[in-house]
Amino acid sequence: MTFLIKGVSLLGGEPTDLLLRDGVVAEAGTGVSAAGAQVIDADGLVALPGLVDLHTHLREPGREDAETVETGSRAAALGGYTAVCAMANTEPVADTAGVVEQVWRLGRRAGLVDVQPVGAVTVGLRGEHLAELGAMATSAAAVRIFSDDGHCVSDPRLMRRALEYVQAFDGTVAQHAEEPRLTENAQMHEGEISARLGLTGWPAVAEEAIIARDVLLAEHVGARLHICHVSTAGSVEILRAAKARGVRVSAEVTPHHLLLTDERTTTYDPVFKVNPPLRTGADVAALRQAVADGVIDAIATDHAPHTVEDKECEWAYARPGMLGLQTALPVALEVFGQQWDLIAERMSRAPARLAGLDGHGRHPATGEPANLTLVDPTARVSVDATAQASRSRNTPFARMTLPGRVVATFLRGEPTVLDGKASR
Amino acid sequence: MSRHLLSAADLDADEATAVLDTAAEMANVAGREVKKLPTLRGRTVVNLFYEDSTRTRISFEAAAKRLSADVINFSAKGSSVAKGESLKDTALTLQAMGADAVVIRHGASGAPHRLADWVDGSVINAGDGTHEHPTQALLDAYTMRARLGRLAGLKVAIVGDVLHSRVARSNVLLLHTLGAHVTLVAPPTLLPVGVGAWPADTSFDLDAVLPSSDVVMMLRVQRERMGDSFFPSVREYSRRYGLDGARMRQLPAHAIVMHPGPMIRGMEIAPEVADSPRSTITEQVTNGVSVRMAVLYLLLGGMNQ
Repeated sequence: MTFLIKGVSLLGGEPTDLLLRDGVVAEAGTGVSAAGAQVIDADGLVALPGLVDLHTHLREPGREDAETVETGSRAAALGGYTAVCAMANTEPVADTAGVVEQVWRLGRRAGLVDVQPVGAVTVGLRGEHLAELGAMATSAAAVRIFSDDGHCVSDPRLMRRALEYVQAFDGTVAQHAEEPRLTENAQMHEGEISARLGLTGWPAVAEEAIIARDVLLAEHVGARLHICHVSTAGSVEILRAAKARGVRVSAEVTPHHLLLTDERTTTYDPVFKVNPPLRTGADVAALRQAVADGVIDAIATDHAPHTVEDKECEWAYARPGMLGLQTALPVALEVFGQQWDLIAERMSRAPARLAGLDGHGRHPATGEPANLTLVDPTARVSVDATAQASRSRNTPFARMTLPGRVVATFLRGEPTVLDGKASR
Repeated sequence: MSRHLLSAADLDADEATAVLDTAAEMANVAGREVKKLPTLRGRTVVNLFYEDSTRTRISFEAAAKRLSADVINFSAKGSSVAKGESLKDTALTLQAMGADAVVIRHGASGAPHRLADWVDGSVINAGDGTHEHPTQALLDAYTMRARLGRLAGLKVAIVGDVLHSRVARSNVLLLHTLGAHVTLVAPPTLLPVGVGAWPADTSFDLDAVLPSSDVVMMLRVQRERMGDSFFPSVREYSRRYGLDGARMRQLPAHAIVMHPGPMIRGMEIAPEVADSPRSTITEQVTNGVSVRMAVLYLLLGGMNQ
């Protein structure tokens, strides 16, 4: 199918016509016409390169009651994404070529976004032995990012080995930075509010200590390191200093850590329980600044679907995690305004580079793969937890009104979303 | 009063004083030959206990029965809860039974807040995790007022495992509301990060605090905290923070010694102190029934009077 997008603003620029044919942008300019093309009136809409999420939990295999590759892919497409990196903490864990290929194939079959599996660093996420990282790298899934996300690779020697080993196939270790001995039974950010609520604290230092250690390890062995879901002002300062020294470290932040604080915890509603936890207003301010100045490379959702029964319970018994795919772009617009180039960089180009997804994160110019999303920047939408494409409904943004609505998403020239609805 | 009693902070000074005054009237009932009032006849009070706490449960049970309410004891052991029923489903069951009030004791902080979202009746927090125990604070305030004649301006030292204590949290909030001045005394490991925001002073030195205290409230310290390196040994804890006879004699003559129970003699409190005339430990138990009667009355009956 051929699509002619009329009068769209590329990253907020002058109205442009885009002709999408054979999976690529066949023509970009003004006054473009094409016989037989389906015309999309994009007056007032903004085109962004298709968003790329470095951090998604699709739950399949194992917890298909919370999410499947297909339902998560649909949520992603509706959120403006054309590629997502699927985290390894499934059941069974994605620690073998077999499991990562299964996830990759399920993604292809769903066909709504490119699902790029992340491989586990250690067998069973247990932090004891390296998984067969090379086998996952050379599998059909071509894994490049390895992470025990949900668990920290806390053993410094094992972390060092992983950082070194993955260089053989241009891999990156993405660390879930959480010193486990400092976070036993931890329920929320350790501070004034945890003291008041009687919930065991998750101190900022538990994240910062691991990041400090790991940037030193990466520096020592000359390897690439990625830090998942950075959540504290102290972490930002460690990363800033490391980058200034030339350490090859990259970092991501979640939308919820850019918008919400630990004040939300006071209702004890576990929809606000997440790992790392919501932090203070000072942390939020530092994270926003880090996104603006590039200390943090990417905004990544940490989309973490959980069933109703895993959230509608006592705080301490609830699973940590929040939905994110369908609200990430509106949250970014809420926080940063219509800084389209910044948003494209942090939500598409940088994550595509970090994940090695060559066809993504490209400016929609002639000849480029037609992976893009069209956004209505003037719309304001109230988030409805019951109307998410995800199989779960644990969004912390419910009933908030946020700016921006994804009108259409194209994956290699084919619409995965049109008129705000998923194509399948 | 609002519909629920989830936190001591739910009460302003007038409301808290009303509870204490009502409790004093209820205490008179306890002295009568027939210890019953008809106030809550036909109302149902459920004791929903997820933790074993015989003393708190029977205190609430006695309070409800003296007000003529129907009492249902719902213990987590041997019930649907032990079979894996969720708090929400239990709440819906109690709702369907027409519970007018649910008294909940739970090991998870905030469980009463969750319950309050799911039932129409009043929820009374009878201790949730390491968060709060508001009726304990009310009975403590009642006991202080009964012994010392006032609350405003009293200097109250709360000593021990503040970090894990729901009693300390509720007492700090309520005593602040009622104009008393609280000093928390503990080893630094047993004070929460963020305690600086509480309306209380802190000290690591019990001996420095005692001479100016009107009330010393000792908190239970569980031995298992030692395994988590909160302190090196029972002996060292007891030497630095236990209340023995010598320390008790540093107190002003009028000062009282309180303990919410169950106490560990030889750990935080010496037998000589627990059994001394300064000790209010058994009065606290007696006052607990009156205060819980007052709370039930004001939450359930008061609005209809």
